[in-house]
Amino acid sequence: MREVPILFVLMVLFAGGCTSDSSSTPGGSAGGEKIRVCLLPKIKGISYFTSCHAGAVEAVAELPHVELIYDGPIEGDATKQAEMIEQWIVDGVDVICVAPNAPDVVANAMREARAAGIHVITWDADGTDDSRSYFVNQATPQSIGTAMVAAMVQDVGGPDVAGDVVIVSSDVTSANQNSWIEVMKPALENTRLNLATTKFPGENAGRALADAQDVIKKYPNLKGIFGISSVSFPGAAEAVEQSGKTGEILVTGLGTPNDMKQFVKNGTVKSVVLWNTIDLGYLTIYVAEALATGKIDESSTSITAGRLGEKPIEEDHVLLGDVLVFTVDNIDDYDF
Amino acid sequence: MSEWLRGEGWIYWARQEDGSLKPIRWLHEYSLCLLFLLLLVVADFLVPDFVSHRSQLLLSRPLWEIAILALGMTLIIITGGIDLSVGSAMGMCAITFGWVFFQTQSATLAGLACIVVGGLGGMINGTLVARLRIHPLIVTLATYAVFRGIAEGASQGREYSPFPDTFTQLARKIWLGIPLPGVVFLILVVAVALLLHRTATGRYLYAIGHNERAARFSGVRVDRVKFGLYTFSGLLAGVATVLHVSRFGTARANAGTGFELDVVTAVIVGGTSIFGGRGNVVGTMLGLLLIHETRQFVSLYWRINELNSIVVGTLLIVSILIYRILARRDVS
Repeated sequence: MREVPILFVLMVLFAGGCTSDSSSTPGGSAGGEKIRVCLLPKIKGISYFTSCHAGAVEAVAELPHVELIYDGPIEGDATKQAEMIEQWIVDGVDVICVAPNAPDVVANAMREARAAGIHVITWDADGTDDSRSYFVNQATPQSIGTAMVAAMVQDVGGPDVAGDVVIVSSDVTSANQNSWIEVMKPALENTRLNLATTKFPGENAGRALADAQDVIKKYPNLKGIFGISSVSFPGAAEAVEQSGKTGEILVTGLGTPNDMKQFVKNGTVKSVVLWNTIDLGYLTIYVAEALATGKIDESSTSITAGRLGEKPIEEDHVLLGDVLVFTVDNIDDYDF
Repeated sequence: MSEWLRGEGWIYWARQEDGSLKPIRWLHEYSLCLLFLLLLVVADFLVPDFVSHRSQLLLSRPLWEIAILALGMTLIIITGGIDLSVGSAMGMCAITFGWVFFQTQSATLAGLACIVVGGLGGMINGTLVARLRIHPLIVTLATYAVFRGIAEGASQGREYSPFPDTFTQLARKIWLGIPLPGVVFLILVVAVALLLHRTATGRYLYAIGHNERAARFSGVRVDRVKFGLYTFSGLLAGVATVLHVSRFGTARANAGTGFELDVVTAVIVGGTSIFGGRGNVVGTMLGLLLIHETRQFVSLYWRINELNSIVVGTLLIVSILIYRILARRDVS
């Protein structure tokens, strides 16, 4: 049997790979070492998460005993996220902060990390309940919905102006958008603006544009359009610009500064509503640090986060709080 | 040491004292072992706790699906063919699994359907390669696109989840210190090794890879063997998919994206000749392990996942160069 020697070597290798643990302790960060915090974005490299990263770096500069590891998939693949979490378990880090692309895909890896004694929190998007201890919630539906209505009332010329408004949403089933609409409807009833209709073009730029063109034709007394997804917002702005009604019909909604900059500059859009992504990264690191050092536990109702001050904790959610409104005055300060 | 000479392909010969030539067996496998050992020593030194049972269990998760696919690929490449469609076939199988599961609530039925669909995909490849005599590179490049397209079209991008914990824990179950997917792989490895090295069919594969015309004239039923091989590769894609879906608790059309390249790389690093006629399962296993551990080490040590691809590509070239440097001049 000529194969015997090679098989023997193979067996030795496997045995070597399987038995030589013993002395080293799992997860072994000894006392006095830095707290290692992993920040896992949905996609690495896009401007949205890069700005979150900038906030995290700022927080780490204030917390010298924290070491930040920032890594994530380039193509937004949730399976890559799960594999990265598994590697970090081996690495024995202290805290893993996940922005899950697909909660179910990463849930098992996150649970395993918790079982290995690693603190796991979510940020930007939530995971399944038992897979994390806290969710750093960038904005509640309440704050986003009311902020968009308030921005619209102000943009059309104050609370005395009456007229029709339209919401261009995403899919009929989009959970985030629906929760905002639920807040916007009663908020609009307290104004002189009348919600004429709600459109659901899905995440399709062409259909968002067509839907917005439709409502512009259909409602002569239209004062404003809410574009409440990253696709429908630029779509609605584009439609208004093409119809030549810039300034007559105001568009507002939820989007990133870079997407909306051109429309803000030419007056189609006066305000862009979003949370402060830099603060989101900043707060996430503070929550991670507080968990690792035992500053917060299940009974905590608030956390002190550096320059952000006191932030409330409600039912596992750490609330970042107020949204950020970009206008022509400040939009150039943000690059994401 | 006596003089080493390189013969046809990657066979090396040692010149004996009486001037005759004796083939050096397993040279490639031994050099892979050496590289692998070196890697483990360095990795364990630089990454604390790298070579421990606990770490290796966790890190081995991505290995098994690739490993199972590599078995079919080894056989196919030995015959001078290639199957680029395995990753896409996994996407098709994943959708089948998800759909059947949520119709019947039975993981067993879903798993069977998933493997059957994989087999059917393989049979399409087999028919095109064996009966219509289209080059396997072209056939599987086409089905690479078609299978993924079917998966994406049929699912419309939706993902099937969640699956019950009893199913998602399968990929995490451990028997005698080996994860369940590893047990599946070991069973398949033994079966494939026996087929390749202990049966007539196994010898036919090498014959086809060396000289297909000669094999045909010698009475080897080349078409039937090839058809069987591609079908087998499809079935393995089905098996790998079951493990994949269990591992991530989600069935999506993008399952197995890019796997075909990892699989082919492992087989080639393992010493199987891309031109056919040479290769074995032991080499493939070593190639798999070497690539897998290098990857894990690189991303744990430098914490840059993108480095992975560069390192694996480099490894492919280096493993072949090291092997070549061992001999200075050709026999013929």
